[in-house]
Amino acid sequence: MPFKISNPRDFWAGVMFIVLGALFAGIAYTYKLGTAARMGPGFFPFWLGLLLICLGIGTLIGGLRTEGEKVEKFNWIPILWVLGSIVMFGLLFKITGMLIAGVLLVVGSSLGGDKFVLRDVLLLAVGLTIFCALVFVAGLKLPIPICPGFEFFEQFSMCRG
Amino acid sequence: MELLNNLALGFSVALAGTNILYCFIGCLLGTLIGVLPGIGPVATIAMLLPATFVLPPVSALIMLSGIYYGAQYGGSTTAILVNLPGEVSSVVTCLDGYQMARQGHAGKALGVAALGSFFAGSVATLLIAAFAPPLAEMALKFGPADYFSLMVLGLIAAVVLAHGSLIKAIGMIVLGLLIGLIGTDVNSGVARYSFGLAELIDGVGIGPIAMGIFGFGEIIKNLEQGEEREIFTKTVTGLLPNWQDIKTCIWPVIRGTALGSFLGILPGGGPVLGSFSAYTLEKKLAKDPSRFGKGAIEGVASPESANNAAAQTSFIPLLTLGIPSNPVMALMIGAMIIHGIQPGPQIMTAKPELFWGMVASMWVGNFMLVVLNLPLIGMWVKLLTVPYRLLYPAILIFCCIGVYSISNAWMDVLLAALFGFIGYVFSKLDCEAAPLLLGFVLGPMMEENLRRALLLSRGDPMVFVQRPISLTLLILSVILIAIVLSPAIRSKREEAFVEE
Repeated sequence: MPFKISNPRDFWAGVMFIVLGALFAGIAYTYKLGTAARMGPGFFPFWLGLLLICLGIGTLIGGLRTEGEKVEKFNWIPILWVLGSIVMFGLLFKITGMLIAGVLLVVGSSLGGDKFVLRDVLLLAVGLTIFCALVFVAGLKLPIPICPGFEFFEQFSMCRG
Repeated sequence: MELLNNLALGFSVALAGTNILYCFIGCLLGTLIGVLPGIGPVATIAMLLPATFVLPPVSALIMLSGIYYGAQYGGSTTAILVNLPGEVSSVVTCLDGYQMARQGHAGKALGVAALGSFFAGSVATLLIAAFAPPLAEMALKFGPADYFSLMVLGLIAAVVLAHGSLIKAIGMIVLGLLIGLIGTDVNSGVARYSFGLAELIDGVGIGPIAMGIFGFGEIIKNLEQGEEREIFTKTVTGLLPNWQDIKTCIWPVIRGTALGSFLGILPGGGPVLGSFSAYTLEKKLAKDPSRFGKGAIEGVASPESANNAAAQTSFIPLLTLGIPSNPVMALMIGAMIIHGIQPGPQIMTAKPELFWGMVASMWVGNFMLVVLNLPLIGMWVKLLTVPYRLLYPAILIFCCIGVYSISNAWMDVLLAALFGFIGYVFSKLDCEAAPLLLGFVLGPMMEENLRRALLLSRGDPMVFVQRPISLTLLILSVILIAIVLSPAIRSKREEAFVEE
């Protein structure tokens, strides 16, 4: 190895800044840059992007010079269960309504924890979802659909909320 | 005299039947959510923001401020009882507060924290009332170049607040500025970085970012660390400190209040800096510094007063200049804009009832927290005994509903999940997220003022050093950088943030 990454957290943060800076600056370059007196939409983001690249290079060099801790491993189980459940909730609740999506969110995200007791989780899921429906939709009148968006459900008064 | 008139107007607004009710609800909800481990004021406010939509602007802001103090106080409760700081500003409270709890003095620690906070809050409220009007008057003289320089100063100051590497913190600010630019450019109508998605044409909301990074990201981090909590529940008795405690604490509380109030006003300051500095100061002044970290009551009283004082005075730059000094204030700006209020120096003259009502409600809110928390402590303790595996799904569902409801966009829920992951990556790389959020809010404002300033000067960048206000602000920024970079301060700064 020609060089050793002695401070991986700084090194990778530098890489992240460089990549993101290049991305922002590169895209900004496709907009009109304009001049300082008459700035186009690309002017400010372009220079900020370049600045970010410079800062990234500085951070990266710092990461080679200083000593630091290594980047801890990503723990994918909670990441995927929790974020996956959120994404699913975001995609689903307009279609299935909050009751179904909410229960799925609670059950799904609970799978990301280190202990999963089905009975507790189901109770929690149902209780929380009903609580949310009562507080946010019935109480605060937030425009969130409760039931699936099919005509069949329209006959129940709570679904017409 | 004018001050008294203004305060009278404020109290007439804040004490009006419904407003006092919303202040109460805000404090209660804020504390309730803030007590939950791993949920700080930013996520709490973002989560509860939609709940204020149905209210008129004044009531909504009063409630949001209540939520803020409540969350702040709830965080301290968690810090003392569970040794889990809800947010960075209560990290130091853990040091001695938790030790006091272990020695059976949990009640006293909580009582001192509440009373110290109340004292600090009252002083800071008066400070706002006294200093905001002249500052706002000064702010009216600001031109675009001055505003730009002021934001530079604010962002530089925010770097002082971040722990760890300076260059990384600046990088996070710049990244935040760039994320803030996503969406339609007001001057040209070009949809920047929208990748053809209609949902991104209006830009990324502050809700998804705040909730993603400070809410979802935190939850994943907590899950990773597993559940190791030791809670002292049986010993919460004797909330009121005795005469001896009051004598020990009175000066630390006053010093904490003074330090916190001052640091809160500084752009980039706020509760974090306040509580850390107050703790360090007390330790320096103590006859026997070795008691600190082992349950010294001053170690709770002073930082708690400081963080509450700073939490209040950080409203000063927001209300007078329209510039947020910390992530919570960034969120408050977002909330004001949603309610159709443009933050800035004109608020005070254009909407005096809003401005003074808010100031007065700060004092009312602080008073309520004391009244609310001393008797309700038992309830918060019960809440803390609920295992995290049952708490976090609840937090998640509230967050999801909250983030969706801010602008009724399901895309925001997905964006929040994305930012949750990004926040997790940041924490793995030791990148502080607070400067990013500040940059995010200031991005569009900075671009606009830069554009205007350079348009007026026909592209001549010298305008920033020719205007006296702008020049002063830029010199201050340079001095700040020099101070932070100087080796002596640098080691102190590391020391202050590492602290045990």
